[in-house]
Amino acid sequence: MNDDTPDRSTSAREVILARVREALRVPAPLPHGLLDDDSPAHAASGPAHAAGPAPGGFPTLAVLPEQIARPWLPDGGETPAASLELLLKNLAALRAQVLRVADPTAAAGTLAALARERTWRRVAWHAHPLVDPVAAALPCATHAVGPTDFDKNAVEACDAGVTSCEALVAQTGSILVSSRTCGGRALSILPHVHVVVATVDQIVPTLADALHAAKRRYDGHLPSMLSFITGPSRTGDIERILVLGAHGPKELLVVLVG
Amino acid sequence: MTATDTSDRETDEPRLAKKRFLRDAAAHVRDTQHRAFVRKALGGYYASRDLQKARYRDWEHARDAAALAKWSAVNRLDELLPRFVAAFESNGGRVHWARNAEEARRIVLDLLRAAEAKAVIKSKCMTSEEIHLNAALEADGYGVVESDLGEFIQQLRGEPPYHFVFPCMHVRRDEISDLFGKHLGTPPTDSPEELTMIARRHMRRLYVDADVGITGANFLVAETGQISITENEGNARLTAALPRVHIAIAGIEKVVERLDDLAVLLPMLATAGAGQPMTCYNTLYSGPRRDGEADGPDEMHLVLLDNARTALLADPEQRDSLHCIRCGACLNVCPIFKNVGGFTYGTTYQGPIGSVITPHLRGLPEWNHLSAASSLCGACSDACPVRIDIHHHLLHNRRNAARTAPNAWERLGHRLFVAVARRPWLFAAGGGMFRRCLPLLRLLSPPLLRSWLATRDLPAAPRQSFRSRWHTRPRRDPASRPDDPCTRP
Repeated sequence: MNDDTPDRSTSAREVILARVREALRVPAPLPHGLLDDDSPAHAASGPAHAAGPAPGGFPTLAVLPEQIARPWLPDGGETPAASLELLLKNLAALRAQVLRVADPTAAAGTLAALARERTWRRVAWHAHPLVDPVAAALPCATHAVGPTDFDKNAVEACDAGVTSCEALVAQTGSILVSSRTCGGRALSILPHVHVVVATVDQIVPTLADALHAAKRRYDGHLPSMLSFITGPSRTGDIERILVLGAHGPKELLVVLVG
Repeated sequence: MTATDTSDRETDEPRLAKKRFLRDAAAHVRDTQHRAFVRKALGGYYASRDLQKARYRDWEHARDAAALAKWSAVNRLDELLPRFVAAFESNGGRVHWARNAEEARRIVLDLLRAAEAKAVIKSKCMTSEEIHLNAALEADGYGVVESDLGEFIQQLRGEPPYHFVFPCMHVRRDEISDLFGKHLGTPPTDSPEELTMIARRHMRRLYVDADVGITGANFLVAETGQISITENEGNARLTAALPRVHIAIAGIEKVVERLDDLAVLLPMLATAGAGQPMTCYNTLYSGPRRDGEADGPDEMHLVLLDNARTALLADPEQRDSLHCIRCGACLNVCPIFKNVGGFTYGTTYQGPIGSVITPHLRGLPEWNHLSAASSLCGACSDACPVRIDIHHHLLHNRRNAARTAPNAWERLGHRLFVAVARRPWLFAAGGGMFRRCLPLLRLLSPPLLRSWLATRDLPAAPRQSFRSRWHTRPRRDPASRPDDPCTRP
């Protein structure tokens, strides 16, 4: 695996791994203060909990259930309607703006009106069935970002970036974007306003659902970046007072179709 | 109070760290304005944390799940670490192993040299503070800019972080305004919003121009070979998006087994650490830019750091302190932290968790005093989202220190007490003598007693001892008072 690394690195690896193996020869007790019952939390850790710390007594990935119900985390909604309601509530609390539209044509009209109102001069976007009609209808200059066409200076100079997303998470109000299908890494973080065009059937109840969906979709070939975006960029570094728009977008707009 | 000492305290002589701690703690405790300021800053955190915790349907069971996820990963590091590295390298990233801080610094410097770096941008990374990376880069002539707002302010002030999650929580806005005026030439303002925008405008160009971006990592996912970075400002996203080379630095204990574990750990980290449902950006990177992707670095390197973590791993009693996800919740609730402040610790990791792990990272004899500076109230253990038994570990450190370097005076005192307590006549005589000598003691006030009395009142000696009162107490017939709780069977 590391044939090309210098001796130093190889030996550092061997030394550290040998120290780890040596250290783990004595098992450690279970975490302090675990609730002593057959709670779902314990069931989630599955055989690992029952088997104790002995090496080899742990389950492999294959035998673990792909999706574990976690009824103790924040609610993600039992039905699609409940999830939608939670998502809207959470996005509002995060100070993200939601524009609900009936269809992609309406999305294009709404965003064009917004661009005029805000006097946007230039908007960056990427090719995607949901983004294309929106970009085509924009009344200002546009800059398309793609695998053969990326200029960080041009993206930086844009007023807004329009992207699609992988999923919307009701539980936390998070938006999962990826470098593969959401215009790369910079488009959703560099411009001052981030516009996400999404459909209601992209809503999933929980973070776990979003991660499982991404794993299934990419089947072992995950995009080089997957990012949960939870509200517009923020900081509390000055006297713990909340300020929006630290380095990333000051505004997060979700255009929700359907 | 400000501590401007950013020097490497690892080389301190024994007892110097303790002397500094006592001196700085005393100065800080007297600074009531500063303490009030820090408490006020934390007030908002308590409110939002409680609000978010209430959204969990069962916070205690969520803590169980988070603790077990970390426990099962740390106790299988021998299996998961190679699995993570294989997966990460198959995605096109390169892993570099560093046994200690010196090795890690050299690896990063070699990478910068190979990349012919001219400008380096960094996002918040406590591991880099631990290895004193910035000083090493600057000594080699590399300009490096901290992009996290709090870290940027601390860099301009020439100070280490005050708190490992809220680096400049001790700095007032007018001080920041003056600082920006001095270094960036901006007009004074008392608006946190405007101050944030000054940093934002200043940093924009630097992201675009940097050739190398350095970040930390909060989790390493063995299943998929991804690293997970948690942040609020978007500076880490920009640092990992725009420069040509991305270098991440992480301790070996950051490994978790499954991607699914993050569905528990990410929200818990945000809620415990900052009172948020999730931090703004939780990003998984699995290597450099792929074919078909618009942007991203050409190279991605990960420096895996041991730096005495394996020594901590070798102690099964305190191994769970490697579960730490650096949320900072234990600092925020700690009465000691709130009274002595972040700088007094003199460590990379402040607060209760820092007091537990620093003796392992830097030596118990020099750093045991941190474990003594605790009221053992247990607020830290209660706040910990991964159930680290923090306050008991402080006791474990005290015990280990007493075992390895016993204090002769303490031992003599204990022996004397045992000798007296085992002989009732001697105990009675000694007690009587002490009662009579107490006013004299107060009058003479020897140095040892004086330091104790500086903040305490010496009570007046009772006229009669408990023993003599017990012997002369009025006798009652137990049968005549059947309801006396003391005589109930």
